[in-house]
Formats: sequence, structure tokens, C-alpha cells
Amino acid sequence: MNNLLETKEVSKYFGDFQALDAVSIQVPKHSIFGLLGPNGAGKTTLIRIINQITMPDTGLVLLDGEPLQPNDVKYIGYLPEERGLYKSMKVGEQALYLAQLKGLSYSEAKKRLNYWFDKLEIGHWWDKKIEELSKGMAQKIQFVVTVMHQPKLLIFDEPFSGFDPINANLIKDEILQLRDEGATVIFSTHRMESVEELCDHIALIHESKKILDGKLIDIKRTYKTNTFEVGLVSDDNMALKQSIEAKFKVTPADFKSIHDDLKLNIALDANGTPNDLLTFLTAQSQVLHFKELIPNASDIFIQTIQNN
Amino acid sequence: MNHLPLIIKREYLTKVRNKSFIIMTFLSPIIMIALFSLIGYLTSVNNETVRTIYVLDETGFLSESFKSTEQTIYTKVSEVDLETAKTLANQENAYGLLHIPNQPIETVSSVVKFYSEESPSLSIISSLESTLENKLSELKLQNNGVDLALIEASKTTIDINQESFEGVKTSKVGSVMKLIFGGAAGYLLFMFIIIYGNMIMRSVIEEKTSRIIEVIISSVKPIQLMLGKIIGTSLAGITQFAIWIVLGLVFFIASMSIFGVEMSQTQTPQQALVSEALSNTDSPDKIQMIFNEFSTLPLGNLVIAFILFFICGYLLYSSLYAAIGAAVDNETDTQQFMLPVIMPLILAVYVGMFTVIEDPHGTISTVFSFIPFTSPVVMLMRIPFGVPIWQQIISLLILIGTFIGIVWFAAKIYRVGILMYGKKPTYKELFKWLKY
Repeated sequence: MNNLLETKEVSKYFGDFQALDAVSIQVPKHSIFGLLGPNGAGKTTLIRIINQITMPDTGLVLLDGEPLQPNDVKYIGYLPEERGLYKSMKVGEQALYLAQLKGLSYSEAKKRLNYWFDKLEIGHWWDKKIEELSKGMAQKIQFVVTVMHQPKLLIFDEPFSGFDPINANLIKDEILQLRDEGATVIFSTHRMESVEELCDHIALIHESKKILDGKLIDIKRTYKTNTFEVGLVSDDNMALKQSIEAKFKVTPADFKSIHDDLKLNIALDANGTPNDLLTFLTAQSQVLHFKELIPNASDIFIQTIQNN
Repeated sequence: MNHLPLIIKREYLTKVRNKSFIIMTFLSPIIMIALFSLIGYLTSVNNETVRTIYVLDETGFLSESFKSTEQTIYTKVSEVDLETAKTLANQENAYGLLHIPNQPIETVSSVVKFYSEESPSLSIISSLESTLENKLSELKLQNNGVDLALIEASKTTIDINQESFEGVKTSKVGSVMKLIFGGAAGYLLFMFIIIYGNMIMRSVIEEKTSRIIEVIISSVKPIQLMLGKIIGTSLAGITQFAIWIVLGLVFFIASMSIFGVEMSQTQTPQQALVSEALSNTDSPDKIQMIFNEFSTLPLGNLVIAFILFFICGYLLYSSLYAAIGAAVDNETDTQQFMLPVIMPLILAVYVGMFTVIEDPHGTISTVFSFIPFTSPVVMLMRIPFGVPIWQQIISLLILIGTFIGIVWFAAKIYRVGILMYGKKPTYKELFKWLKY
């Protein structure tokens, strides 16, 4: 069994509104799985179903190949987008309470909390009330209570909102480390640069339907257009451009360089190879810059949604 | 996983450690005592005011019937005309002037007048009226040749002894005692629901506004959280009540030993009712009767019924409060949903106060003691008067059935509501949530 979590044809209605339409996703073990989609697409509903906060109308959720059980909450750590803590409760007490709700014993919870509080250097907050902490500090506590019961599945909904870049980086490193230690991470976000950086699998949900999923690399391969970005220097750039346009589909490119070069995106047809293009170009000019254009997650996101 | 004890523990500890809760626990009795003392003091001040009333009796045969008391001094004026008397009364700062013009007995009653600077108090006027009425009736009787001594001698008071068909002796004393038991039980439940129902509602709203709710319910079932909240808050409430009772007893004993009899002067109307009932019981066997009465109260039934109806009634209402809290984002939005919850509760108390006292086994009392939203209060008020066990059981079963239904309903609203932010829901939307 390679998938830690699978949803099979999960559908959910709220009254007449269909929030999810037969959504199936497979989350491989030890992966970081990006759950993407515009606002209101149904991501949060799907996440809530995985957390057994809402029940699906039809469909099935499998954890480790077994249908999800109420007791499975202890294997899942969930950091919701709408998150918070009891404001007037002390940090330590609150963390202990939440850990015990996840099924840890008091002493075990205390041990793990001490570990995490030391690791993030927040031990001296133990007796403070949440309302005395800044938002970023509270977010760190929130992160600790999400991961401290060592769940095999971690679900983060917009985990970096509210963090400054330093703490965001810290949390990102923690997430990567948790993955390396064996956890599987589902990651829901709008921030495409963090998808690019972290995710190895993605699923795109749009208007209640899953419209795209798979390994990020595979998706990029299918979305690549065999287009190359080039920077060329010759005696007569205009003539050069005309001669290229006669043979290939060309659009202007925009990248930084120190030369006064001709910048172009050149699209090859399906059979064209980069070497053919290079041969053609080197015959007429100096090639200073040659790079395959690979679509980034943001491009894929926008393009897929516009096509639907 | 059963997290109920953990949730109850947290809710309880959070409540009892809360500063305003602690302050209220110890401040409320002090405020209550201060309030009662103030009322007592004001009443006594009011009673100590001495009023002077000038009486200008031109007939000459009515003024003797006005006897001065500690609070009212009657000053008789004579040999002056009305205007002089008015000026005199005004100058002397008298409360007023009663003018009885010179008319024969038959017609004088219609021309008596009271002059005063401010409009006189109702009790003064009616006391003047009854004095005059009595005197005039006596005079008329005498004029018709009736011997007043004979009338005096024939006056009779009666205190009817009551006995049920089964041969159980009861009395007015018993009825008053039953009223107190029933009324106290019903009222206690009413207060408990209002105070701690609101507390539950606020604590649900707090979880919503602090946005912790989704974190929590990814670990526990919403219904567990709701029940834990209700039970935890109720235990905090019981703690608070217990402290109040202890403080009340301590204060009562302390004040009894320090002030002694003085306390009895600041009576509440209920106490007045009891002492009135008791005042007729001079003979020792009547005092014995009170103890008999007490022992004939269905005490065992009372205690068991109190516990059962109290718990079910309280849970019924508090789950509604929890549902309201879940449906809204802040306390100001709760108003429109509160009314349908408060209405049956107030209705129950009024039905209890008016119809149960009048006729504990009448149609209205009986019907309302079966309707689940009013039955806890009304039934608790009826039970001291002796309600057949089968009625109690049926009423309780209806209540438990409704309670389960309401908890289910509230849990549905709660489950959906706690995740809804923004717009205040309408009743129609709440109804839709039931199907989610």
C-alpha cells in the first residue's frame, strides 16, 4: 500500500449546493501533497471530511487502506485555516489539554511538549496566557499542538499565514523534517511559490470537482510546450529575428541580462529537439542564453482553471 | 475515545477559576444582603414618619373615633371655620385636614372631605374611610335601638380544619408550606436555567470567536463537546449555589446571634404569609400540627422528583442555549433566538405562580405539568400538593423524550453552526442545517 490516504468518489451537498462532486485523491506515503484550488472550490470541505468533522454524503475515505474510524483522529494532525486558542487559558495547560484530546496520556503529553517548547525556544511561555502573546507567537503554539502527538498524517490549511518570513521558514523546515521522519503532509494553500518549493504531489479542485492531480513533475511534463527562452547576439538583430520567425513560432521574452541581446521565446513543434534549434541558432548568432520554459505551478493553476 | 471527562474538567476549571465568576460568587450574597437591609431600613424609615392629620369635626360625634397612633397623630380642631382650619393645618405642616361638615348621620357620609398639599397616600385615605364607616354604622345601629355589646359578643372567627378523604389532616399551614416548597423548587430551576444557560451560550460563542472550535472538533465529536460544556458549566453552577447556601447559612446564624429579634422585622412577603398562618396557632397542638404537616409532605417523592425534573429540565433548556450560541457569532445576535426559549420558561413560572396556587390539580395546572417545556417548573410546584406517581412518570417520560429530541436537534445546529461564520442565520437556514 503506497497511499496513506485515499478518498473515493467523495460527494457532499449542503442543501442544494454541491460542495464536492465525486472527488478522488490519492496521497502517497511520505509525500507533501498540495491541495490547490480557488476560494470556495471545496478544499476546506474535503479537509473537514478527512478530519471527520463533516461526513460525506457518498464516497469513502481510506486511511492506510482501511475506512476511516472515529479513533483515527489520533493519527491526524490538523491545522485549520480558521484557527485559534482559548485566549484566557495558559499556554502549557492548553497545550496539555489539546494533546490529551488527541489521546496522549498526561505524562506523555508533558514530555513531548517540553521537547517542542525547548526546540522552538518557547519554554518560558508556559505560564503565559494566549492573550498575552503576539499573533506569531500564538501561531507557533498552534503548530506545536498540531504536530506533538506525532500523527502520521498532517494537514495544514494555509500554514504560513500570520508568520513573518523568519518564522515561516522555521515552520517550513519543521514540516520538511517531519516529512523526512515519516509523516505525510497535506498542504492546502494559495501561495504557489510554497507549492513549488514543498509539494511533490498536487490535486487541483475547481467548482467541487477534481480537475487535475498527480506528481508535480509529471504534470509539468505534460504542460510543457517545448518552448525555449533564448538570448542571442548578432550584427543585425532585426534580420536575425526575421529569419527565426520564418522558421519557428516566436514571442518576445523578458529576462534580465547584461548584454544588448535579442530575447525570444521560441516554440518548437512536437518533433523538434533543442539541438535542432541550437544548430539553427549558432549558425547565425552567439547564443548567450538557452533555457527550456517549464510551466510553474501558478501557470498550471491559472491555465487549468481557465480551460475549465 | 471518550473525552467527556476531560472536557468537563476543563470547562469546570475554566469557569471556577474565572475572576468574574469568583467575584460574583462572593459578591452576590453581599449585594443581596445589602439590598435586603436597604429595603428593611427604608421600610422602617417609612414607618417611622409621623403624620399629623387635623380633624375639623363640625358634627361633634365623629372625632372621638380617631385615635392617635405612633405613626399618625390626629389633632382635633374646633370652633373655627374651614378656611382657618386649612390655614392652620398648612402652617403647622400637617399631612392634611379632614373636614366633616355639620350634617345629620344619614347624609354626612357624602360630604366628608380631605384637604392636603400633596395627593394623600391610599392607605391613609382608606384607613380614614374605614374608621368613619365603622363609627357611622355603629351610630346608625344604635339609633335603630341595637345593643352594640350584643354585636361585639356575637363576633366569631373560624379556622376550618381540613382532612382528605383518606383521613390525612391538613391545614392552611400545610398549604403555605407546600407552596413554599413547590415555589422554591420551581423558581430555583428557573433561575438556574437563566443564569447557567446564558453562561453555556457565552462559552460556545467564545469558542467560535477565538476560532479554536475547528481545532477542538478535529479531536472530539461536537456532541461530546456540547455535553461536556453543559455538564461542566452546570457543575460550576452547583458549586456556586453550594457556596451561596453555605454563606447564607453562616450569615443567617451570625445575624441571628448578633441582632437576634431584629431580623424578624425585615420580613419578605412570603415570610409574612407564614407567620400570619402561624400566628393563628397559639395552642401547642397546632405547633405539633406543623411538624405533622412537614412529615406528611411527600419528602422522598419531592427529593427524587426534584432531582429528575431539575436535571432533565435544565439539560433541555441548556442544550437550546448551546445551539443558539453555536448559531451566532456574537452575543448581540442572540436576541431573536432567545425569545422562543425564554417564553415557555416565563409562562411556566406564571402558570406555577397563579394557577397552581389557586388549584394545584386543575385542568390548566395539570396540562402544563405535562407539556415538556413547562413541566419541570410546573410539576415541581405541584408535587408538594400530592401528584399521583403515574402522572409524574408520564410527565417525566414525555420530558425525557423531548429532551433527547432537543439534544439531537441542538447537536445538529451546534455541529453545523460552530463552523459557520459571518452572516446571522435565519430560522429558515437553521432548519436547513438539520439536513446537512
